Amino acid sequence: MAGMAAKGESPEILFWVGCAGSFDERAQKITRDICKILQHVGIKFAVLGTEESCTGDPAKRAGNEFLFQMQAMSNIQVLNGYDIKKIVTGCPHCFNTLRNEYPGLGGNYEVIHHSQLIQQLIDEGKLKAEGGESFKGKKITFHDPCYLGRANNVYEAPRKALEILDADLVEMKRCKSNGLCCGAGGAQMFKEPEKGKKDINIERIDEALALKPNIVASSCPFCMTMLSDGVKNYNKEEEVKVLDIAEITARANGL
Amino acid sequence: MVLQILFLIIAAAAIALFSLNVRKIIRNINLGRPLDRSDRPSERLAIMLKVAFGQSKMAKRPVAFVLHLFVYIGFIIINLEVLEIIIDGIFGTHRIFAAPLGGLYNVLIASFEVLAALVLIGVIVFFARRNIVHVKRFSGIEMSKWPRSDANIILIVEVLLMSAFLTMNAADYKLQQLGASNYLSAGSFPVSSFLIPLLPDSETALIAIERSCWWFHIIGIFAFLNYLPYSKHLHIVLAFPNTYYSNLEPKGELTNMASVSNEVKAMLDPTYTPEPVPEGGRFGAKDIGDLSWKNLMDAYTCTECGRCTSVCPANITGKLLSPRKIMMDTRDRMEEIGKNIDKHGKDHQDGKSLLDSYISREEIWACTTCNACTEACPVDIDPLSIIVELRRFAVMEESQAPASINTMLSNVENNGAPWKYAAVDRMNWAEND
Repeated sequence: MAGMAAKGESPEILFWVGCAGSFDERAQKITRDICKILQHVGIKFAVLGTEESCTGDPAKRAGNEFLFQMQAMSNIQVLNGYDIKKIVTGCPHCFNTLRNEYPGLGGNYEVIHHSQLIQQLIDEGKLKAEGGESFKGKKITFHDPCYLGRANNVYEAPRKALEILDADLVEMKRCKSNGLCCGAGGAQMFKEPEKGKKDINIERIDEALALKPNIVASSCPFCMTMLSDGVKNYNKEEEVKVLDIAEITARANGL
Repeated sequence: MVLQILFLIIAAAAIALFSLNVRKIIRNINLGRPLDRSDRPSERLAIMLKVAFGQSKMAKRPVAFVLHLFVYIGFIIINLEVLEIIIDGIFGTHRIFAAPLGGLYNVLIASFEVLAALVLIGVIVFFARRNIVHVKRFSGIEMSKWPRSDANIILIVEVLLMSAFLTMNAADYKLQQLGASNYLSAGSFPVSSFLIPLLPDSETALIAIERSCWWFHIIGIFAFLNYLPYSKHLHIVLAFPNTYYSNLEPKGELTNMASVSNEVKAMLDPTYTPEPVPEGGRFGAKDIGDLSWKNLMDAYTCTECGRCTSVCPANITGKLLSPRKIMMDTRDRMEEIGKNIDKHGKDHQDGKSLLDSYISREEIWACTTCNACTEACPVDIDPLSIIVELRRFAVMEESQAPASINTMLSNVENNGAPWKYAAVDRMNWAEND
């Protein structure tokens, strides 16, 4: 972004990568695929790079409102400094925070999640599923991330990306507004679970695996970690892939 | 005449006691912090009509929805009959609406009878679901002796009231057939006419049955009215205001604390002069007075149906957290504080608090903030906002959080990421492919 600003240019959209997308090895792949999709359709985009910092979401959910607002206000300074109008995020948690919690602190942007961007591109005819891997007949089930689904009522966008694949889409019983959390939200990602009889991600992956899918799809880097761990727990990494909507879209288009 | 006076005394006492308890409930709700929910009245009204009046969120569970609908519609419609009973009681009349309403009266009485029968079916199945089938969501650590008895008392009283109503009608109908004086031929009795063969033939006995059922029914209703403030059944009233004051923002949005904004703005800009903030002294919530009035109204509205707990990922996987318990604890603590105020005055401290004396740290830290509970609640109760307020207190006032949470917080503070990675490495993803 700094480079673009130095040349006096401005992006159509800012890609907010997020901490997981920046540092987590598995999520980095999703980040690269989102970039490939943006490049493929010719959208001029930028990232903040080293100027990006945590949105403050996990701090806020853990109860540290001070830290959240410190993060938010300094991020808003950076974003407003570059006169950012539109943001796409790779993570539903960043999406929720930027979209709902930043406006009250002076950060007003049009914020979308990457699944919504993919949906828009499909609707506009700019993105198809051709020239790449075929998903025809593959059994796919989508896990709704809480911060995309219940938190912001985005249920159809990620499904749209799957519908064009000609795949066999199956829903878990607990889907959409009844979706079961993967277990990572509310800062759980960063701590051990309280004692109980089962881990939440195992409860969720049991439900997904009961459908005997080829692919468990999601669109959140935290869900990705939790669901992948669940699949690993049953040593099923070979038969069942956990993939992000962006990865599936990139593969279907041979990107 | 004596009976009319007796009726008036009972009615006046019932209403006086009820208003006294209602005032206490309102006082207790007002122990909460201010929160502005006066915006967008038409949107709020629409939500109330849909969610409370229209029962829209109940439909997710069809069996309970249909049975509850019987009881709900029965409750509303049969209240028209109660109006007649009250007027008859005051003026010593009998079926006063029969003459002015004519044919419509027969239709009304017939529909009350059908509804009463449906209420009976609903209530009996509800009783069986709790006590014979043992539907899972009616159990749990918070469903101790009193909450279980409370539910059963409500169901039994409803059975008794409906039975008295139908028996009264049956006796009345039989007296009408016998041509008893005072029992004018009025009403249509599609359900209670089946009870007639069970009744005696003597006119005196029938009058005794009819009158005692009449008195039992109306005294039962007055008693039930006064049971409400002590019971989870208060939802029949509070469901309406509680849904009216629903959170209209996206579920994922947590409030930005204005008191914190002031301090953060002052830190970032020394010239900033903070605006006065109405919030109370501490950050987050330790006790009832730190929660908002809406949190407290939520607690009184909760009917302990357990839909929230049955969809809570933490509870499903055996953790201690139960969103229903959060609401029940909040109500119990609020009632305790209310009683303290009654006994010892406004500023009495009992050394207890909602956090720790009622809700444990283990519970609040097990929440994934997934909003399954708020989505499931048929009357838009929000246990999550209470959990977040308790976390805010634990973290900001006490610096007490699980060690791994503290690590995450210091990473965010120092590295701008919840993990221990340096900010300069933020673009590494672009290099390794």
